[in-house]
Amino acid sequence: MTTFDGNAIAGTLNAVFGGEMTTASGTCASCGATEPLAQLRVYRDAPGVVARCAHCDTILMVIVEKRGIACVDVSGFAALEEPAQL
Amino acid sequence: MAFTRNFHSKRGAEVDPARVPPGQYVTPGFPVLSAGPTPKVVARDWTFTVRGAAKSPVTWTWDAMRALPAESITVDIHCVTKWSKLDTTWTGVSLDTLLDSVETRAGYAVAFSEGGYTTNLPLADLTGGKAWLVHEFGGAPLEPEHGGPVRLLVPHLYFWKSAKWVRGLDLRERDEPGFWERYGYHNYGDPWREQRYAGD
Amino acid sequence: MTGLVAETSNTRSIAFDVPDWPGHRAGQHVDVRLTAEDGYQAERSYSVASAPEDPHVVLTVERLDDGEVSPYLVDELRIGDDVELRGPVGGHFVWESTCDSPVLLVAGGSGVVPLRSMLRHHAAAGSTVPMRLLYSARSRETLIYADEFTRLGGSGRIDIRVTLTRENSGTWPGERGRIDRDFLTRTGLPPAGEPLVYVCGPTAFVETVANTLVDLGHRPERIRTERFGGTGTP
Repeated sequence: MTTFDGNAIAGTLNAVFGGEMTTASGTCASCGATEPLAQLRVYRDAPGVVARCAHCDTILMVIVEKRGIACVDVSGFAALEEPAQL
Repeated sequence: MAFTRNFHSKRGAEVDPARVPPGQYVTPGFPVLSAGPTPKVVARDWTFTVRGAAKSPVTWTWDAMRALPAESITVDIHCVTKWSKLDTTWTGVSLDTLLDSVETRAGYAVAFSEGGYTTNLPLADLTGGKAWLVHEFGGAPLEPEHGGPVRLLVPHLYFWKSAKWVRGLDLRERDEPGFWERYGYHNYGDPWREQRYAGD
Repeated sequence: MTGLVAETSNTRSIAFDVPDWPGHRAGQHVDVRLTAEDGYQAERSYSVASAPEDPHVVLTVERLDDGEVSPYLVDELRIGDDVELRGPVGGHFVWESTCDSPVLLVAGGSGVVPLRSMLRHHAAAGSTVPMRLLYSARSRETLIYADEFTRLGGSGRIDIRVTLTRENSGTWPGERGRIDRDFLTRTGLPPAGEPLVYVCGPTAFVETVANTLVDLGHRPERIRTERFGGTGTP
């Protein structure tokens, strides 16, 4: 098993949110830490992509792609910035 | 859609369709799938609890589980990420043995694990010699990365139903989705009917 | 695909001619998507190894034994083949030559790839800020870009220190051992100069190096990290 960080899912995030998201800040609803999404701990050797808080391991985001359609849950964030347009 | 020259899915022409479910390929390795850090569970601290819609909750310690009759099982396993592994050998306790002592009218169960993972199954798929709590793989103690000290083994369903680091069952009268099922994976997950996603 | 360079026995650099490439920033990724005739798709993200100024988009790919995309890219892809690329993507782990701080780059294994883009960018843009690379690899055989680094390192503003962790040969003249506290103290840039720091490698490597740098006095907000897909410890 390999742990990645948010940099590795920049393309997926871009496709889902319509812009660059690794520089966007997200606040963990569980511990309150605010970090750019590049710092998420990312588990993608799984049926979907699971992104966790780097500080408390709480699940912040889950992305499941089924047949080309992405289902995204960001309910672990207390706050999430809009994507930056490149 | 443009094809990539000489790129093929890993399912070769030589796979036996009677042995390997549709869309799956056979791997000699044992890929480690995980949605989070590997929990550190020490066997002597491990317990297994059946709770929820049961007359009274029952908990087994590691020693109590190990004192139950164990059996050796050789089965094929199928992961929804498309790999299958043939002839895997496990040692563990049949869930029939554990559920025998539980009085319930529940029709469903949510298996729950150390670290927060859950997955749902009909109780009928956990009984009748179809499911085990396993603590050995290939004759050796189950590695933490593969779910040790104890994982669920339900080989007739996609492998996400075989919860790693399992700590118990929540019995339910109504079916409730587990972790991946909530995100659109199939509620039942039969590999032979290729039930990967909801609606399949 | 327009060009190939074998970097090691299991790693090669692949140059693509990308029509309408919008240009990238040093450190960004592209996603590579492969599609089989039956519609099966596999996708992986790779750091761009070339500088924004380079004529082609170059990816340096290490073959992972249990991988799907990397064995195809390393063993199958031929000059003239078409591959679907998506990108560039990412904006966190990037360096631009307009930035006037000194730069410390720390690489573990194949984590050197995005840092090589930064080094080439520095050279091509004629940047005058000091840029130092600390690069840890297992052995001489696993070093990538060795000749290029020798050239770049002789050019004044760029300084490259390579350390090997498992080299058996006695003829290696350079550093040996991991990038630990002692190595970073001896060869890193002093925190007082407020360098921008980029650390890329396997997760455990990145965690250790980043924590040590903070202990040595570097401010966490000056350290950018990328946990690279490789396994093992370089």
